[in-house]
Amino acid sequence: MSILVGKATKVIVQGLGRTGRFHTDKAIAYGTRIVGAVHPSRAGEVEVFEGDTDHSGVPGRPDTYRVEVPIFRSVVDAMAATGADASVVYVPPPFAADAIMEAADAGMPLVITITEGIPVADMVVAKRYLEGRDTRLVGPNCPGVITPRECKIGIMPGYIHAPGRVGVVSRSGTLTYEAVYQLTQNGLGQTTAVGIGGDPVNGTDFVDVLRSFNDDPATEGVIMIGEIGGTAEEEAAAWIAANMTKPVAGFIAGTTAPPGKRMGHAGAIISGGKGTAAAKIEALEAAGVVMAPTPTDMGQAMAEALERA
Amino acid sequence: MKIHEYQAKALMKERGITVPEGRVATTVDEAVAAVRPLIESTGNPVVVLKSQIHAGGRGKGRFKEHPDVGGVNVVTAGVEGGIEAAEEAVRTLATKMLGSTLVTVQTGPEGKKVNRLYVEQGIDIAEELYLSVLLDRAISRNVVMASTEGGTEIEVVAAETPDKILREPIDPAFGLLPFQAKRVAWSLGLDGDAHRNGVAFLTALTKAAVELDTDLVEINPLVVTTDGAVMALDGKMSFEANALYRHPDVVGLRDLTEEDPEELEAKEHGLSFIKLDGTIGCMVNGAGLAMATMDIIKYFGGEPANFLDVGGGANVDQITAAFKIITKDPDVKGIFVNIFGGIMRCDTIAEGVVAAVEEVGLTVPLVVRLEGTNVELGKQIIDGSGLNVVSAADMKDGANKIVELAG
Repeated sequence: MSILVGKATKVIVQGLGRTGRFHTDKAIAYGTRIVGAVHPSRAGEVEVFEGDTDHSGVPGRPDTYRVEVPIFRSVVDAMAATGADASVVYVPPPFAADAIMEAADAGMPLVITITEGIPVADMVVAKRYLEGRDTRLVGPNCPGVITPRECKIGIMPGYIHAPGRVGVVSRSGTLTYEAVYQLTQNGLGQTTAVGIGGDPVNGTDFVDVLRSFNDDPATEGVIMIGEIGGTAEEEAAAWIAANMTKPVAGFIAGTTAPPGKRMGHAGAIISGGKGTAAAKIEALEAAGVVMAPTPTDMGQAMAEALERA
Repeated sequence: MKIHEYQAKALMKERGITVPEGRVATTVDEAVAAVRPLIESTGNPVVVLKSQIHAGGRGKGRFKEHPDVGGVNVVTAGVEGGIEAAEEAVRTLATKMLGSTLVTVQTGPEGKKVNRLYVEQGIDIAEELYLSVLLDRAISRNVVMASTEGGTEIEVVAAETPDKILREPIDPAFGLLPFQAKRVAWSLGLDGDAHRNGVAFLTALTKAAVELDTDLVEINPLVVTTDGAVMALDGKMSFEANALYRHPDVVGLRDLTEEDPEELEAKEHGLSFIKLDGTIGCMVNGAGLAMATMDIIKYFGGEPANFLDVGGGANVDQITAAFKIITKDPDVKGIFVNIFGGIMRCDTIAEGVVAAVEEVGLTVPLVVRLEGTNVELGKQIIDGSGLNVVSAADMKDGANKIVELAG
């Protein structure tokens, strides 16, 4: 079992530029079912992906692949023709929010947005548009979602993952890789790893993912990785204290970040004394989360939390 | 991106938001020349001389060179002595302010050089209020924040008397609705003409915030004059970085002298860099990992000299640029390169590090931790380079080693 994506997930790609094409190829090599793409001026064409498969994906597959991905003019057309139930957005920042709304209008159940640098005002509008619709948005500005050996949607390196017992949810891409790699090395593995993204306005938040992991029978524990800025970690802590039945390990980046400065991610800023790492760590510890003192200790913290439970 | 008060007020004026009349001056003569037309057109013999720097707290700030002079000065000499007396007083003050260093709570002890003054009409203030428009991340919408406690920092009001702050969320589908504007104006205690003027002010301000993609508009204080006008006595605007591409006019207002030269240089190379006070330089891929690298250095007793994220697809040129920026800092006693290559391959990073060290030279210890795609190849390149580089097994090991070596 897993959350959000799995073996059966059929994915279309919105934004088949250089970046989109590169990662679509990697996803297919991993074994992801990429069934179509949306590109208005190339509708009717077919993009061919071929190469050697990535053996960190589904075992027992042939060594090479050749996949013809049909291109459609709109998400509606792509869904009708392919039965896709997830889309991944690589559309450039000025047009990305519109791509999200187009997917929502088409009724796409899951929209994973990788694009970094979308104007905040555009995301405010997109999030408003999603209200009352059944679309789940993950991201933007995130590495994506992966269920090891089943489905990889996004830009994460596939081979560091291994199927297992732990769910991972994170605001940071590279810190997700650190956590995942440690879980692969210490044998715990992952059920699903979800990057929720580093932007101040995003779709799925910590609580959404924690709830899904809590309900997923295969997930035995969760690693949650946060960073300075906003209050999403504090809200997650409150939810964990009230509802979580599985052990949680955590890490918060930005203990040494100076106030008022944006630390790379648009959402990573401490303003007016709010959003500090200290406040987040305190809230999570109070909720019973086992905090890793350094990122190198995330896998170990999860192992300890699982032992205690 | 931040701009100066006089620039923010010009943008507001263009959009029908009431601001006092004023003129910007970069020389003493320009400041003096602004006095007569201001007094003649407004009929108010009082003018105000305001230092234009991006940092706040100017009113309470003091000049390093002239500790008796504040960052904002109300010139009343014109009340008794007429325009000539006002001009003379402005000349004396402007001579001291221009080119001097203003220290406020936000500039840090080193202060900020004042290159521009804003000469503004005096206002007969009846009330000082607070107004701002900013993103509320918890609801993913902009909100209007309003308070009767004008002139005080809103963070202080929020901490001490949170019930005195009204928050009115703006639905992006509709904008601030008329009944909401009225509600905010009433909560500020405005009635009669002042209420009407306040509603107009709020409506124009929230429209401007959306139109200009601001991430903060703050009017503190918003003043009600003795004749019921509502205007922005101070005005702060900053703009959301991701949306700047659609506002070339706003980008043109950028004052590079207010920004850190190394941070600007880094930005030109597509790097995200922030200077800190410590001794250990960091070069990392990914913002979260870069922050965590600073944290782990501190955890093992060191102090990070910077935040530096080379991003997901850095090339040899970018890595060389990053090295140059780090080694330019004389306080740096050691460098920690911490890479988890996902998209970015470790051999690319290793080649970049070797090329950078060969070009820039290396006088301090360098610890490199590589993990991820092509890690073995990367390590071979580093080891085979003959450079004095210490390899680390993981992030913890690397942080330990660099703290020890940088002493």
